[in-house]
Amino acid sequence: MSRVRVLVGTRKGAFVLTSDGTRENWSVSGPHFGGWEIYHVAGSPADPDRLYASQSTAWFGQLIQRSDDGGTTWEPVGKDFDYEGVPGTHQFYDGTEVPWEFTRVWHLEPSLTDPDTVYAGIEDAGFFRTVDGGQSWQELPGLRAHGSGPQWQPGAGGLCLHTIIQHPTDEDRLFIAISAAGAFRTDDGAKTWQAINRGLKSDGIPDPDAEVGHCVHRIAMHPSRPDVLFMQKHWDVMRSDDAGDNWYEISGDLPTDFGFPIAVHAHEPDTVYVVPITSDSLHYPPEGKLRVYRSRAGGNEWGPLTTGLPQQDCYVNVLRDAMAVDSLDDCAVYFGTTGGQVYASPDAGDTWAPIVSNLPSVLSVEVQTLP
Amino acid sequence: MIRVKLPTHLRNLAHVNGEVVLDVDGEASVSSVLEALEGRYPVLRGTIRDQNTGKRRAFVRYFACEQDLSHDPADTPLPKQVIAGEEPLLIVGAMAGG
Repeated sequence: MSRVRVLVGTRKGAFVLTSDGTRENWSVSGPHFGGWEIYHVAGSPADPDRLYASQSTAWFGQLIQRSDDGGTTWEPVGKDFDYEGVPGTHQFYDGTEVPWEFTRVWHLEPSLTDPDTVYAGIEDAGFFRTVDGGQSWQELPGLRAHGSGPQWQPGAGGLCLHTIIQHPTDEDRLFIAISAAGAFRTDDGAKTWQAINRGLKSDGIPDPDAEVGHCVHRIAMHPSRPDVLFMQKHWDVMRSDDAGDNWYEISGDLPTDFGFPIAVHAHEPDTVYVVPITSDSLHYPPEGKLRVYRSRAGGNEWGPLTTGLPQQDCYVNVLRDAMAVDSLDDCAVYFGTTGGQVYASPDAGDTWAPIVSNLPSVLSVEVQTLP
Repeated sequence: MIRVKLPTHLRNLAHVNGEVVLDVDGEASVSSVLEALEGRYPVLRGTIRDQNTGKRRAFVRYFACEQDLSHDPADTPLPKQVIAGEEPLLIVGAMAGG
């Protein structure tokens, strides 16, 4: 029978949650790296027992941990993230120039085919790769050579490269997103990149439809339809049908279109999930009700999913990397909250139950579907 | 022989309990002690000072003999009690809550 393994990164350590395919009874392992911020834990699609974790604190800096046994034991690997050349400057919040400086690794994206190859998105925004299982990391500097780098500015969380999506069959095509620069695509294996932000409109930047400067929070793709992208922007839920060349709004009847994560059902490429948040200044659900919204029409028409979720006095947030789906037939959906709950819905969102309720604030949730 | 007391997170990373005892080549200073420490425990490279510049991380401090050595030049000789092994060099995560 299939199993699932949920990889949870929190403000104070990593947790590994496992269950059989019923997803009713869970075992909890952790905290791993207790006391450290774990921005992301990810497993290799090519070898599910190969995991990578980004471990950091403001005190002692960045480490990368690797597991070869599904998260039971871990070993620190390479942690040098040196920009290629002289990195130059980007904009600070007030528009002044500040030098590029490494802060932390936000996101690890293992290759679809090689467990030793992993892409890393870092703050200040840079795109790195290892091809030796994490022992060494090299910047793929084409992204920062895009030319718009001096115009990039940090979102509230920093100038972070937080989303990396691989095309399912064309290894030269990758999508990334940066807060607050926007989305970019490469078609030549990260040598060159183009900004793909046409159609986005953002208040809070001098030119609302500028080529770069948009606070993209998350992008999602279904591998069966890799030209269709869904985006949760700071405000606005957006869709592209041409690999990001053009975007249009699909917020439709959502109660608010501010939010962080966005995810696509494992088997229904037009079924999309978001978690509406009140506003950019009120990072909690409207009316104190934690509601996931699902569209089965690829956007515009959304319905609330509430069964099993708190519907009063709930003021948690769900961060951009903290929602995921498994690939079992009935496609469970998972998300973690800043209040330390990790919820699972084994029926694609119809009903929810907490797997754990009292973890540290959750930064990221990934799911592995295991044989 | 130099005694070094590490903060909990770094002891866990290095898999050590209690103090670390190091033999340091030449005159013992913060710099030469960190050199020896990182040589024995490579996982600690970058956690106390920047690997490229040698600059102390902002939230790390060095104490010994009830003195704050954090802002002394890193090659300043350590207090004689530390060099004699009577007192440890304390590497401390700055108190900042959380």
